[in-house]
Amino acid sequence: MEPLLKTSNLSKSFGGIKAVQDFNIYLHSGELVGLIGPNGAGKTTAFNLLTGVYTPTTGTIEFDGKSLVGLKPYKITKLGIARTFQNIRLFDKLTVLDNVKIAYHYHIKYTLPEAILRIGRYGSEEELVEKKAIELLSIFNLTDKKEELASNLPYGQQRRLEIARALAVQPKLLLLDEPAAGMNPQETKELMDMISWIRKTFDLTILLIEHDMSLVMGICERIYVLEFGKMLAHGTPDEIKSNTEVIKAYLGEEV
Amino acid sequence: MMIKRLRKQDAIFLLISFVVFAVFQFLISERILSSFWRLNIAVICLNIILASSLNLINGITGQFSLGHAGFMAVGAYVSAVCTMFFHLPFICSILAGAAAAGVLGFCIGVPTLHLQGDYLAIATLGMGEIIRITILNIPQIGGASGMSGIPTETTFTWLFFCMIVTLFVLKNIINSNQGRACLSVRENDIAASAMGINTTEFKVFAFTVASIFAGLAGGLFSHYFGIAHPSSFTFMRSFDIMTMVVLGGLGSLSGSIIGAVILTFIAAVMQSYPEYRMIVYALLLIILMLYRPNGICGDKELVNVILGRFKKGGKNDGTVAENK
Amino acid sequence: MYGRSIRYGVLHIPIEIEGIRRGAIMLGDTLFLQFIQQLINGISLGSIYALIALGYTMVYGIMKLINFAHGDVYMVGAYVGFFAATAVRLPFFPSILLAMVVTGVLGMAVERLAYKPLRHSPKIAILTTAIGVSLFLEYTTMLVLTPQPRTFPPLLPETIYTVGGLIVSFQQLVILVVSIILMILLTYVVNHTKMGKAMRAVSYDPDAAQLMGINVDKTISFTFFVGSSLAGAAGVLVGIYYNSIEPLMGIMPGMKAFIAAVLGGIGIIPGAMAGGLILGIVEALISGFISSTFRDAAAFAILIIILLIKPTGLLGKNEHEKV
Repeated sequence: MEPLLKTSNLSKSFGGIKAVQDFNIYLHSGELVGLIGPNGAGKTTAFNLLTGVYTPTTGTIEFDGKSLVGLKPYKITKLGIARTFQNIRLFDKLTVLDNVKIAYHYHIKYTLPEAILRIGRYGSEEELVEKKAIELLSIFNLTDKKEELASNLPYGQQRRLEIARALAVQPKLLLLDEPAAGMNPQETKELMDMISWIRKTFDLTILLIEHDMSLVMGICERIYVLEFGKMLAHGTPDEIKSNTEVIKAYLGEEV
Repeated sequence: MMIKRLRKQDAIFLLISFVVFAVFQFLISERILSSFWRLNIAVICLNIILASSLNLINGITGQFSLGHAGFMAVGAYVSAVCTMFFHLPFICSILAGAAAAGVLGFCIGVPTLHLQGDYLAIATLGMGEIIRITILNIPQIGGASGMSGIPTETTFTWLFFCMIVTLFVLKNIINSNQGRACLSVRENDIAASAMGINTTEFKVFAFTVASIFAGLAGGLFSHYFGIAHPSSFTFMRSFDIMTMVVLGGLGSLSGSIIGAVILTFIAAVMQSYPEYRMIVYALLLIILMLYRPNGICGDKELVNVILGRFKKGGKNDGTVAENK
Repeated sequence: MYGRSIRYGVLHIPIEIEGIRRGAIMLGDTLFLQFIQQLINGISLGSIYALIALGYTMVYGIMKLINFAHGDVYMVGAYVGFFAATAVRLPFFPSILLAMVVTGVLGMAVERLAYKPLRHSPKIAILTTAIGVSLFLEYTTMLVLTPQPRTFPPLLPETIYTVGGLIVSFQQLVILVVSIILMILLTYVVNHTKMGKAMRAVSYDPDAAQLMGINVDKTISFTFFVGSSLAGAAGVLVGIYYNSIEPLMGIMPGMKAFIAAVLGGIGIIPGAMAGGLILGIVEALISGFISSTFRDAAAFAILIIILLIKPTGLLGKNEHEKV
């Protein structure tokens, strides 16, 4: 079977610094894959390459049979890739509900005149979006916060809202950038369970960046390890755990 | 269900507008208001169109334009040329002015709107001045001495009608998918594009729509005063409009209305003390920013605050009181 | 608001010099001579833009604020110089020094009273305040000192040198020399003194600078003092050169200087100097060869072009937001 996402020899340099070098990954439909590595290994840069925030210096990205190289981020999103950000990027001064509604943007089909005169598809589509957004919020236990400003939510809820918002895009592939950053072990555990549940329920493919390796071991089927912009290892959690290079480069200093 | 509530909201808005209109029309036609106040009410209508449309760029979309006067100038001159040289009917001229400003807004918006923050502010300010200097150097439309003898066809009815259309259109844009996209650009453009929103498209969209209304205001302006003069459209005019928006609250339409009313009112009251007028105006700006940097309304709509969220309706009730 | 008309403090070439210049051109290699002559005029005009631009760029560098009141500080400088020379009958150097001190203190006061409380407010609020301060300075001056233009006393001899068909006035030379001295002084202060180091640190990262024990408030105050005093000096020099001053004279040169700062790369001190000179020369060439009515448009056109091609300015580095 053709993989959903496949990159080959993807590289990005900033000036003389090679942030990511020969990045080769593939994701099959429905997989949950982890991308781990120490701080500054190039994980987020890799995400930014996949989502079009950066244009790769060399290499190719194929998603669902189409090349993503050179596409603007919003076009890549429309093809079916949604993401969250390492440093949360919500629409702070908008309500929780509006945050999610915005993510339905390109699924809404009414035109500007319909919106101005409130005729045609405007009513039905707005109603549908509201309904869907509230459903999504209820999954993340945020329904009672829907009129709250996003910036007023506690940290953990902001993380959840960001995932809810990414799901509202209705993607095929979801990229999560350190979703558990800043959470306590209990919250992290809950989040990880939720991620595997989301994958099943929404029939998603997920690529997950995590700084802390032990967290991803439990839920990911495969793991890629980056170090200094280069792929250090790739395999099942068990293979990664026993990989001496990974242990030396990454776990060695932490365990 | 939802659409019925929204349509009802629109109906209330129009109803209140009509009542306000009837009151003022009565006061004007019965000559209860002096010509001085009739003039200032006209100016208020113009300023509301200008401020609320600029709010779409500066408040809703979070871009920073200081060139609104330039688009107003385009509307004023194009419509004047249409009436005087091509003898088009008033309404066609006004629409032509608005359309010309919109086209220019689009053409200027596409290259400049990838600039951010201060840079965009300076670029739009520069664009506004270039428009003005260009007009200054076209002798066919009067050059530095401006155009005069434009038929004064703008009546209070026209002004009020255009103001209501502006507010109605802006209000419904803001509460639509397109408006939400604009808001998301303001809040976080990187996240917005990650949500599939073409941020450039919506910046240009907001800029173009606002330019159209600025052009509309310009056309009404030149056909109200009967003149179009380059000195009416300097960057100081853009500052004035921006001040109304900031004073009322960025992102709040009712705020823009209040801002336009208050500042026009102050300018009118101080008319008899010209030497103090600008000083008071300047101090007001400084003090207001020091004590209420988010403006009078913040980014909230006045009606939502006062009436609670199920009684959304006319946004004029706040301003009528100011007029008395 | 609608009745407000603006008279720009336009910098124009005195007519009698224009006449002599035309005569000179007939004799020499016309086009080339004219070009060099405009270059000379452009350099003296440009060095004034550069002096004002330095204040903009320093304040922007340290606070990320377009100080719209800066052009009016320059106007106040011109008035201080005027009164120093007429009422107190001070000669050139004391007049310019006094103007620099007064405008420096004015700049500090404006910062302390109007900008400091807003340091963490939305940008548009500070910008609105700056516009407010600008209007306040203009119209208070107008109220107190009347809107009538005043004739600046001849503090410097109006000697004119003719060298091979080129005309250079003594005043132009003084403007150039004073500007260069002030720029050298500024460069020294910024690069080789403790305060200069603090300024650079604060402009790089105010929070980090604070943590390193730098008094951020004092540094910003100092920056305003220096920037404003340079504008004050420019005000006196312009007063002498064009011998006429009025309350709204700061608006256009203020804008031009700002364009100069953007052209060179806002926040970069050598950039402001280069930008000022380039803008002055371009304006002089356009006045000389095309038409003086397009001079102001040219400045704005330069602004737009630089913003579209390289928004960070000629000497600026491109920066990307980290995602």
